[in-house]
Amino acid sequence: MTVSDTRSAPAVRRGRSARSREDRRTGYLLISPTLVIVFTMVVLPILWTFSLAFQHVRLLNLRRTGLIGDFNLDNFDNVLTSPGFVDALITTLVYSVAGTACAIGLGLVAALALRRPFRGRGLVRACMLVPYVAPVVAATFVWSTMLNPQFGVVNHYGTTLLGWDEPIAFLSSGRPISPFGLDLHVSMSLVTVVLFEGWRSFPFAFLFLTARMQAIPDTLEEAATMDGATPSQRFRHIVLPQLLPTIAVLTVLRFIWTFNNFDDIYLLTGGGSGTQVVAVRVYDYLINRGDIGAAAAQALVLAAILAVLVTVYLKLFGRPEEVA
Amino acid sequence: MSSMSRDALERRVLGVLRPLVIVFLLVITLFPFYYMVLLSFRPLESVLQDPGALWPKPGEIELGTYRDVLASQADGGQGFLNFIKNSFIVAIGTVVLTLIVAIPGAYAVSRLEFFGRRQIGALFLGIYFFPAILLAIPLFVFFTRIQQRGTLTGLLVVYVAQVAAVSIYMLRNYFDTIPASLEEAAAIDGCTRIQAMRHVSLPLAMPAIASNALFVFMIAWNEFLFALLFLVEKRDNWTVSLGLSQLSGSIEVPTTVLMAGSVILTLPIIALFFLSERWLAGGLTAGAEKG
Repeated sequence: MTVSDTRSAPAVRRGRSARSREDRRTGYLLISPTLVIVFTMVVLPILWTFSLAFQHVRLLNLRRTGLIGDFNLDNFDNVLTSPGFVDALITTLVYSVAGTACAIGLGLVAALALRRPFRGRGLVRACMLVPYVAPVVAATFVWSTMLNPQFGVVNHYGTTLLGWDEPIAFLSSGRPISPFGLDLHVSMSLVTVVLFEGWRSFPFAFLFLTARMQAIPDTLEEAATMDGATPSQRFRHIVLPQLLPTIAVLTVLRFIWTFNNFDDIYLLTGGGSGTQVVAVRVYDYLINRGDIGAAAAQALVLAAILAVLVTVYLKLFGRPEEVA
Repeated sequence: MSSMSRDALERRVLGVLRPLVIVFLLVITLFPFYYMVLLSFRPLESVLQDPGALWPKPGEIELGTYRDVLASQADGGQGFLNFIKNSFIVAIGTVVLTLIVAIPGAYAVSRLEFFGRRQIGALFLGIYFFPAILLAIPLFVFFTRIQQRGTLTGLLVVYVAQVAAVSIYMLRNYFDTIPASLEEAAAIDGCTRIQAMRHVSLPLAMPAIASNALFVFMIAWNEFLFALLFLVEKRDNWTVSLGLSQLSGSIEVPTTVLMAGSVILTLPIIALFFLSERWLAGGLTAGAEKG
C-alpha cells in the first residue's frame, strides 16, 4: 500500500505536461464505460425513484407515466399512515440490530476459537465461510426443511431427545415468545430469521476479525503473560481494544446490509407471522398490489431512515473514513 | 498465588471449551449442507417415515431425484438443466462484461490523475449501501417499459452495474501495489499508457483479476431479487436460484427432488470456493488490514 501515490515518484521529466495531459485523457477514456453503465443503471434509477414516489403510478397505468407528471405527497401520506408500516419499521430495526449482534458475536467467538494453530485449521477456517458463500435460496430451503414441523430433523430431535411437548413451527408461528414471562412483542419466527441471519453472516465478521487478529504483534501478549495476565485479562486489555475499530466498521456494514435485506426473510417466511420488514413490504406493494408509487415512497423512507441511523452512529462512534 | 490459580483455571476451562466451540461451529456450518445432500439421495417416503435418520440405510440411495429435477418439463422433470444453462449464461456474461468495464476503470482510478478521480471512489462505495429494493423499483419499471424485462440480457446489464463498483474497488487496491516504476521504464522505452497497462501492469494483476472474476461469478450465480423481479413470468429463462425458490412453494414437487436441485445450485459455488479459497479470502480482506 506504500506505493499508492504514484504521482510523487519522479515521472519522466521530458515532456511532463504533455504526459499528464495524455494521462487525463486516457483516464476519462478508461473510466467512461463504467461511468456510463453505473450512471444509467444505478444513478438515474435512484433519481427516478424520487420521481415515482411523488406520482400516482400503478402497474396498470405504467405505459402512460412519464418522468414528469402530476407530483404530490399522497404516496407518503398513504404509506406513513397505513396500518402495519410502523410495525414493519420496528421489525426491521429489531431484525437488523439483533442480526448484526448475532453475526458479530458468533464471528468473534469463531475467530478466537480458531486463533491458535492446530492441524487442519486452514480447512476448518475455510469451512466457516461456507454459509456466507452458499446461495441464499439453497440455504433458506434447507433450513426451512430442517425446521419443518412435520418431518424436519430439528423438530424430530427436539421432541424425541430434548423433550419438547410438540413440534415448534419455527417459521410460521406468529405467537409472541415470552421467556421467563417477559412479553417482548417478538414472534418465534422473528427469532428464527434473526438466528438465520447470524448463521449466514457470521463468516463475514469472522474473516475480518481473523485478519485483524493476525496483525496484533505477539510480543504484546507475551509481555502480558510474563506479567501474569490470565487469558481473559489478555483478551479484555490487549486483544479486544485492538479489535474494536474493526468491530465498529463491521457493525456499520452488517447493520446496513441487514437493514436492506430482502432475500432471507422473503424466502424463509414470505414476510408472514411477525417478520415483515420494510424491504419485503416494498416488494409486496410493487408486485402484489401493483402500487409503484407507494412502493417507491416506502423504499425512500427506508433509505432515509438508514442514512439517519448510520450518520448518528458515525457521529457517535467513529470517524467516517474508517468505513472506506 | 491466587492469580496463578485463576490463570490455571482459565486455561483449563478454555482448554475444554475451545474444542467444543470448534465442533459446534463445524456442525452448524456443515450439517445443513450434509443434510441437503443426504435428503437428495433418500426416497421421500422414507424421509417422512424416519425424519431423524442421519445417514441413508443400506440400499436406500436413490439417484432418481437428480433425473427428475434435471429433465425438461416435457419429459416430466423440472427443467433444471435449462435453469443451469441460464445461470451460466448470466453469470459468465456478467463476469466477462464486468471485467471489460472494470479493469480499465480500476487502472484509471489507481494510476491516472484526472478530475474527479477521488470522488468516483466515494460515489461507487455509496452506491453499494443503497437498498437493492429501492433500485429494483425503477429498474423494474424501466425494463417493463422497454419490454426487456424477462430477458437474460436485461438481467445481465443490471448485474454488471451492481458489481462494477466493487470490482473497481478490489482491482484498484491491487493496482496500487504494483510499483509505478515498472511502467515508467516501459514509458521510457516509448510505450504509451495503454501499451504500458496492457503489457506491464495487466499481467502482474492477473491473480487479482482471477479472484475478482470468481467473486463476480458467485454474486451473479447466487443473486435472487432481480432474477425474481425480472424473470418470474418466463419459466424458460429462470435461473437455478429462481427455479428452486419458485418450485419450493408448490406442493406437487417432492422435497427430496428439490433437495437435488439445491445441491445442483450449491455445488458449483462450494467447489469454486474451495479451489480458490486462499485467493478469495485474501482479496476480500485486502483493504481491511490497513485499519
